[in-house]
Amino acid sequence: MSKEIIKIEDLKREFTMGTETVHALRGISFSIKEGEFVTIMGSSGSGKSTMLNILGCLDQPTSGTYEIDGVSMKDLSRNELATIRNEKIGFIFQSYNLLARTSAIENVELPLLYNSKVSTEERRERAIKALEMVGLGDRLDHTPSQLSGGQQQRVAIARSLVNNPVMILADEATGNLDTRTSYEIMSLFQELNKQGITITFVTHEPDIATFSSRTIVLKDGNIIQDYANNNVQSAADELAKLPKEQD
Amino acid sequence: MRLLNLLKIAYKAIVLNKVRTLLTMLGIIIGVASVIAMLAIGEGSKESIRSTISSMGSNMITIRPGTDDRGPARGSGGDVQTLTLKNYEVIKDKSTLLSYITPVVNGGGQVISGANNWPSTIYGVNPQYLEIKVVGLQSGSMFTDAEVKSASKVVILGQTVVDNVFPDGQDPVGQMIRFDNIPFKVIGVLEEKGENTFGQDQDDVVIAPYTTVQKRILAIDYLNQIMASAVSEDDAPDAVTEVTEILRSEHKLMDNEEDDFSVRSMEELISTFSSTSEMLTILLVAVASISLLIGGIGIMNIMYVSVKERTKEIGLRMAVGGKGSDILMQFLIEAILISITGGLLGVILGLSATVFIEKFLHWPTSVALYSIIISFAVCAVTGIFFGWYPAKKASALDPITALRYE
Repeated sequence: MSKEIIKIEDLKREFTMGTETVHALRGISFSIKEGEFVTIMGSSGSGKSTMLNILGCLDQPTSGTYEIDGVSMKDLSRNELATIRNEKIGFIFQSYNLLARTSAIENVELPLLYNSKVSTEERRERAIKALEMVGLGDRLDHTPSQLSGGQQQRVAIARSLVNNPVMILADEATGNLDTRTSYEIMSLFQELNKQGITITFVTHEPDIATFSSRTIVLKDGNIIQDYANNNVQSAADELAKLPKEQD
Repeated sequence: MRLLNLLKIAYKAIVLNKVRTLLTMLGIIIGVASVIAMLAIGEGSKESIRSTISSMGSNMITIRPGTDDRGPARGSGGDVQTLTLKNYEVIKDKSTLLSYITPVVNGGGQVISGANNWPSTIYGVNPQYLEIKVVGLQSGSMFTDAEVKSASKVVILGQTVVDNVFPDGQDPVGQMIRFDNIPFKVIGVLEEKGENTFGQDQDDVVIAPYTTVQKRILAIDYLNQIMASAVSEDDAPDAVTEVTEILRSEHKLMDNEEDDFSVRSMEELISTFSSTSEMLTILLVAVASISLLIGGIGIMNIMYVSVKERTKEIGLRMAVGGKGSDILMQFLIEAILISITGGLLGVILGLSATVFIEKFLHWPTSVALYSIIISFAVCAVTGIFFGWYPAKKASALDPITALRYE
């Protein structure tokens, strides 16, 4: 039995908007084991973004417990949360969020800059390794404006890998990409998952879910579905089925 | 997060916005440069005043007749005839802190030699005058006490007078000249001293025994002033007090009466002029400081823009593990780096401006090390002070909001 990376029990998150209280999450429980590829789905207003913020240690629940890699999030300070994010989570965003006019390698090095245990040489080494993993070993010194959308997202994936996180957290990571490129990215995710990396993918696109091993569907702050996907599609195969790109 | 990493990040941010950073720095550059240049001009003029006055004899003490306030209207200083030869004798006998002393009478007149003539001032003094004024002779010799006693018609000329009445370059020593139609024999020429700070030509003088000037030219029996020299520069203030006391008792002044004379040491003159130029310096520096302040506000402004513009970047940095303090330091260091670089460029510009002023405007300048240190320190403080608030604001951002910021 592999260990649990994420353990959530009766998680609630409420926001106060003026006099009204909005229940974004109404008591959610689930856990994610090491090596899983989970998609969290839901339409807007389902509590998906709130879930993502809490999973990413950017926000804290109103009540309930959340443990990541055995560490409870309860009552952690802003700085302690920052350290958890730095050491345990790799973020990937819809709009890549790369630093403009900054080379790929420097972008990938960024999380390690905030980890004083990593030396300059080690930082560079690990960044190169991460970029090689996403297939950009020959574009270390390219700036985001010299890279395509897919390549930019690959840099972002390399950045999320560089700190050896226990989990990669992707927020609509293919939302800005065309079908072909998003399949390319998904096949990269599947490859990384095969190497044992735990991935949590937040999306509202149903076809993305077919590439994952498990899907959790949120609606109005509750989990309405949580199922294992017995028929995982290969993104690489889907990519091959697409009509050839016209020149 | 290590300081080196922060420096690298701040350096990158600055390099990525070269033009904007340079424009931001401009305020600081101009501020620092003008503070340094202004202080250099101020120091320079102060030094030049001091050196001129010192060259006139820094131990020198002058005693002048004061105003006459016994009548209904005050006369102007020097009009009255309260200083007499007897006063001179008494001061000479009684004072213990004076090394040289001479009576001085002076008047204007025309120096004539053959077809050439020149308007000048004749000073009637005794031989000690040369020691008091710290001036020597370039040729000839000074008149003697015996010549003073006999009111001999001998003169020493200043270089300007020589140039004008002996234009052919002949040796004036031994020649006869006339001053206001009275014939004099030239027995010496003063060393050239040039103009003093106040633009006065110190070589446009004729020197003769005071007895001769009193009796034969001015026909007066009082003195225009008494010049003396204190034993040392340090004794000058005490000598002033001593002379004042001697003269008060000699003039039989009551305790409630004001002095009817004035005693001044060069030291006082120096401090008077220094304080004037110091005031001016303070004023100039104040104006320059305002531009430094405006430069600081410029930094604050651009840091605000920078924080706003990079909200998303801040969100990302926080998401990947940047702590509030890391973000604070990043922006603070950026602000300090801008202000210090600006300060450095300002120092360079200020020094070149100073060289320029000295070379092309011929103003005396003197760069004080403290002015560089102070303006540089002010720069660093400006960076911290004006960079703090925007940086604090950046560090307090909520990572979720910052990440979603468009």
